[in-house]
Amino acid sequence: MIDSFVVPLLKILIVLNATLVGVTYMVLLERKVIAWTQSRLGPMRVGPYGILQPVADAVKLMIKEDITPVRADKWVFTAAPIISMVPALIVYAVIPFGPEVSLFGRRVSLFITDVNVGLLYVVSVASVGVYGIILAGYASNSKYPLLASLRASAQLISYEVAVTLTLVSVILMSGTLSMVGIVNAQYNGNVWFAFVQPVAFVIFFIGGLAETNRAPFDMPEAEQELTGGFHTEYSGMRFALFFLAEYANMIVVASVATTLFFGGWLRPFPNVAFLRFLDLIPSWTWFLLKTFVFLYIFIWVRATLPRYRYDQLMRLGWKVLIPLAIGNLVVTGIVKVLMVMW
Amino acid sequence: MGEAIAFYTLAAFILGFAVLVVSTKDTVHSVLFLVLDFLFVAALYVLLSAPFLAVIQILVYAGGIVVLYLFVVMLVNLKRPPEAHQDPRRRSKLGFGLSVAVLLELVAVGLIGVNETGRPVTAAASVMPVSGNTEQVGWLLYTSYLIPFEIASMLLLVAMIGAIVLAKREL
Amino acid sequence: MITPTHYMLLSAALFMIGVVGVMVRRNIIIIFMSIELILNAVNINLVAFSSQLHHVVGQVFAIFVIAVAAAEAAVGLGIILAFYRNKETVNIDE
Repeated sequence: MIDSFVVPLLKILIVLNATLVGVTYMVLLERKVIAWTQSRLGPMRVGPYGILQPVADAVKLMIKEDITPVRADKWVFTAAPIISMVPALIVYAVIPFGPEVSLFGRRVSLFITDVNVGLLYVVSVASVGVYGIILAGYASNSKYPLLASLRASAQLISYEVAVTLTLVSVILMSGTLSMVGIVNAQYNGNVWFAFVQPVAFVIFFIGGLAETNRAPFDMPEAEQELTGGFHTEYSGMRFALFFLAEYANMIVVASVATTLFFGGWLRPFPNVAFLRFLDLIPSWTWFLLKTFVFLYIFIWVRATLPRYRYDQLMRLGWKVLIPLAIGNLVVTGIVKVLMVMW
Repeated sequence: MGEAIAFYTLAAFILGFAVLVVSTKDTVHSVLFLVLDFLFVAALYVLLSAPFLAVIQILVYAGGIVVLYLFVVMLVNLKRPPEAHQDPRRRSKLGFGLSVAVLLELVAVGLIGVNETGRPVTAAASVMPVSGNTEQVGWLLYTSYLIPFEIASMLLLVAMIGAIVLAKREL
Repeated sequence: MITPTHYMLLSAALFMIGVVGVMVRRNIIIIFMSIELILNAVNINLVAFSSQLHHVVGQVFAIFVIAVAAAEAAVGLGIILAFYRNKETVNIDE
C-alpha cells in the first residue's frame, strides 16, 4: 500500500515542487547571467543580491488585471497557457534522477516511473505542447498574435523532426526506449553517448533551443518582433504561465539531454576505480549538476548570439539539420551492423 | 474491477467527445474535441497493453495530423463565420436512419453473441525471440511484414510530395 | 470483466458517429475529421483483438492504418487548400 501509493505520490510532489521552484529561479538566473555577461549586476535590490526577485515578479504578475480581449474565444483563451504548461511538467514522470537507493530502510527508485516507451513518451508529450502556442495566437482574435503563433508552431514542428531523428540514433546505441535503460546502457558501455554520437548531441541541442523558442531562435516571441508574439494579449497570471512554461520546457530539454547524452546520474568515468571518491556525491546531485550546466549554456547562448531571421531559421531546420540527422542515423546503423558482424 | 471502471470511463469520454466533434458548429472547437478524443483513445490502448501504439497515436495523430487540421482550419476560417443553419434535407435523415439500423444490429449482436467464445485461434505465431511490446511489434514489422512496411514508407513519401505540390502557391 | 465484445461495441459506436458526421455535416474539414474517427474506431477493434489473442499483429496493422491516415490527411488537406484558394468556400454544397 505504501509502496504503491504513498511513495509515488511523494515523489510526484517533490518533483513538481522542485520543478516549479526551479523554474521561477531560472528567471532570476537568466537575468543575472545575462547581466554579468554584459558587465552589469542584474537585479540587486530585492533581497540580498536579488535572491527574492522571483517572489517580487510572482506577486506583481498575480495582482495584475486579468484582461480577456473582446470577442476572444474565452475557453480556448483560458486553456492555452495551461496546455502550454502541462506537457512541460508531466515529462518529469519518466526522467530518472538516480538509480535505486536505500532511503529510510526501504528501496526507493529515484524516478517516478520507468515506462518502457519512455523516450517516445517524452517526444509525444513535446509534440502536444505545440497546441498551447497555436491556440494562444488563435484565441487572441487579433492579427499579430495569430501570425506569430503560426510562425512559432511551424518552427516547433520543423525542429521536432530533426530532434526525433537524433533520438532514434540514441535508441540505436542503447537498444531500449526506456530512459533508465538508456542510462544503464551508458553505464555498461562505459561511455557517455555524447562522445559516441557528437553529431546527434549537437543537433539535439540546437533543436532544443529552437523547440523552446530560445535565442537565437526566438523570433516568434521577441519583443521587437511582431509586437510581442503570440502572448501579446495575455496579461497577469496567464502571461506568467506562458513565461514559466517556456522555462519549464528549457529545464526539460536540459534534463533529457543530460539523461540521453551525458550519462544521467552517472558520475564521470563510472568504471575507473581510481575516482571512487567521486561516489561521495550522490547520483541525483550529479544529475542536477549536469542539468545546471546545460541551463547555463542555454543562457550563455542567448547572451552571445544574435537572432536568426525566420527564413534562415526554417532553412537551417529543414535543409541542414534534418539531412545531418538522417546521415547520422544511417552512419550509426552501418557502424552497428559492422560491429556485430565482426 | 479496476479495468471495468477504466474502460467505461474512457468509453464514455471517447464517445462523448466524438459526438461533440460531429455536432459542434465552430470548427476550431471541433478540432480541439478531436484532439481530446485521440488522447483518450491512446489511454484506451494503454489499457489494452499496447503502450507503443498509444505513444504512436499521441505522437502521430494528436501531435501531427490534428495540428495539420488546425493549421488548415485557421487558414480557412479567417473570414468565414461559423457554418450556417444546417440543411435539413434528405441526407441527414438517411444518415440517422443508417445509424439507427446499425445500432439495432449491434444490440442484437451484443445480446445474442455474448456467450460465444469463438474458435480459439492458434495465433499463427512465429515464436518471436524478443519480449516486450515494442520489440515484438518491431520484430513483426521487419520480418513478416517488411514489404507492407516499405510500401507504407513509399506511400508517405508520395503523400508528402503530393501535399507540397498541391498546396504551393506557384508551381 | 471486459470482453472483446465490449471493445467491439465501442468501436462500432464510434464508427457510427463518424459515419453520421460524414453524412450530415457540410463543412469539408469536419467531414475529414469524421473519417479520422472512423479510422480510429477500426484501430480500437484491431488492438482489442490483438490484446485478446496475445499476438501483436493487430497492433502492427493499426500502425499501418495510422500511417495511411496521416498520408490521407496530408493530401486531403492539400486539396482543400488548393480548392479554397480558387473558390473561397469549404462548403461541399457550393
